[in-house]
Amino acid sequence: MRETYGKTLVELGKENPDIVVLDADLSRSTMTKFFAGEFPGRFFDCGIAEQNMVSIAAGLAASGKTPFASTFAVFVPGRCFDQIRMSIAQPGLNVKLVTTHGGISVGEDGTSHHSIEDLSLICSLPGFTVIVTADAIETAQAVRVAATSYGPFYIRLCRPKVPLVHNENYRFNLGKAVAMRQGKDATIIAIGLMVSVALEAAGNLKRDGIDCRVLNMSTIKPIDEAAIIKAAAETGAIVTAEEHLEHGGLGSIIAQVLARHSPVPMEFVAIKDTYAKSGKPAELLQRYGLTAKDIEQAVHAAVKRK
Amino acid sequence: MPRLKGKDTSSITSADSVKAEVFSSVSTKEMEVVAKRLRRHIITMTGKAGSGHPGGSLSAVEIVTSLYYGLLRHKPSDPQWSDRDRFILSKGHAAPLLYATLAECGYFPVEELLTLRQLDSRLQGHTDRTVTPGVEMSAGALGQGLSFAVGTALAGRLNSQKYRVYVLLGDGECDEGQIWEGAMATAHFKVDNLTAIVDNNGQQIDGWNRDVMNLSPFNKKWQAFGWHVIEVDGHDFTQLIDAFNQAKLIKGQPTIIIAHTTKGKGVSFMENNLDFHGKAPNAEEVEIALKELE
Repeated sequence: MRETYGKTLVELGKENPDIVVLDADLSRSTMTKFFAGEFPGRFFDCGIAEQNMVSIAAGLAASGKTPFASTFAVFVPGRCFDQIRMSIAQPGLNVKLVTTHGGISVGEDGTSHHSIEDLSLICSLPGFTVIVTADAIETAQAVRVAATSYGPFYIRLCRPKVPLVHNENYRFNLGKAVAMRQGKDATIIAIGLMVSVALEAAGNLKRDGIDCRVLNMSTIKPIDEAAIIKAAAETGAIVTAEEHLEHGGLGSIIAQVLARHSPVPMEFVAIKDTYAKSGKPAELLQRYGLTAKDIEQAVHAAVKRK
Repeated sequence: MPRLKGKDTSSITSADSVKAEVFSSVSTKEMEVVAKRLRRHIITMTGKAGSGHPGGSLSAVEIVTSLYYGLLRHKPSDPQWSDRDRFILSKGHAAPLLYATLAECGYFPVEELLTLRQLDSRLQGHTDRTVTPGVEMSAGALGQGLSFAVGTALAGRLNSQKYRVYVLLGDGECDEGQIWEGAMATAHFKVDNLTAIVDNNGQQIDGWNRDVMNLSPFNKKWQAFGWHVIEVDGHDFTQLIDAFNQAKLIKGQPTIIIAHTTKGKGVSFMENNLDFHGKAPNAEEVEIALKELE
């Protein structure tokens, strides 16, 4: 999905001369290098200085540009929260923060490079639209929607190649959950690479006689309350799955919606108040409870509480 | 003196801006009169509000006056004019000074200054670009203005617009690491349509800069970061205007004007008095101060 991001930026750059791109010395990892190659005069490598990058992006936006600023998800927003807060969120400027290497599937680089708090931080900022894409097809479309919608956006991508969960006919609809699979016994709501894991879990659960609905909640802010309420009413149990800390991410946001509108048994598949270590992505997902098996257990627990 | 008289239509870009006129520059003698009015506003506003930052507002009065009344091409009746020169107040706590200047220029009524810091006022405790006409940046969290100004200047360059960007920093603000990230980037991107000014009043909340966090050799630091440095008496209009005009001629590198100033300038008991960094004068102090500023 990173490569798709980079190539989509080039297409957008050709269509709209006001699109500019910034990076913080990671253009070969975030894939903004494609844009840099095509439009060197509209690409600004800010060096290893994320605070500066974010405020420069805000200045560009304040004078009519549409800046995309990219680096790893652990550094934006983590490294420059106040800059995002005062330079972008408060004034509501048209800056697109697209980060890669979200979650722990970054792998061997370890704790310093695992981004497990970013969604909590960015969702706390008034006015931000926050998207986590599930595959390359969705990434291309979400980036296009961000480019053509005014206001602050945060889009989180992950490092590993992930299987396609959407087909070529898919149309990303901002703020709308995507039903990946219908079901009546429970609903798994997932984001990012956990969407494909959720589909795998739903397949396995079917064999156990549990019919699961799967929603891809790619826009986590503003959240699709109607889809959550409908899922609660029709399936009676909710399990969330995300590559993020349990605190403050997708699960917390959905729990708020349920608590307010339609409380049903709920379970959370997420990282439990700890930091992950170095390891291969698959090993880490297993160690920290983010596999299909973990989702299946959570669904069983939620269904039992109905 | 730069000639920036009104009715200049050479860079008008929108139908709306045809109606608005570029603000006319005035003589240094007239600037002295404006400066005194701004000082009186700062005292009155903060006194009425019961809080605010008079010290660092008073120190930058001549800097901001020389810009708005001598250098900037701006249209108070069209604050969003896309070819306007931009003034970015990075030291957002000097908001009373900026508000007083904008009101005097005609961006909003002078009477509104007395609403400073009140609920629903357009004049927030620190600057807010979403509510105040003429305010370019929401500031108050120190260190962000130079980077923001770089982005603004790059946008002008990309759009082939001729506007200049002026950004006012505090000296204490230069403790922030982001200032030096911004300083590096300004020189690296060869941003020469930007002039930075430091209101070098020597003090920050906890004391003299040299005791709290020593910035010296300040001049050499900026030079080493690739900047053209000019030092002036920050209360001398002629020196300030000469420096701003010199900065326009420097190509391929950014210019910073280190303006040596006195915190609390113009009010005897506020000058170099740390107590008035972030404290408003009481009713009695307001009276004495206004008498001094007659």
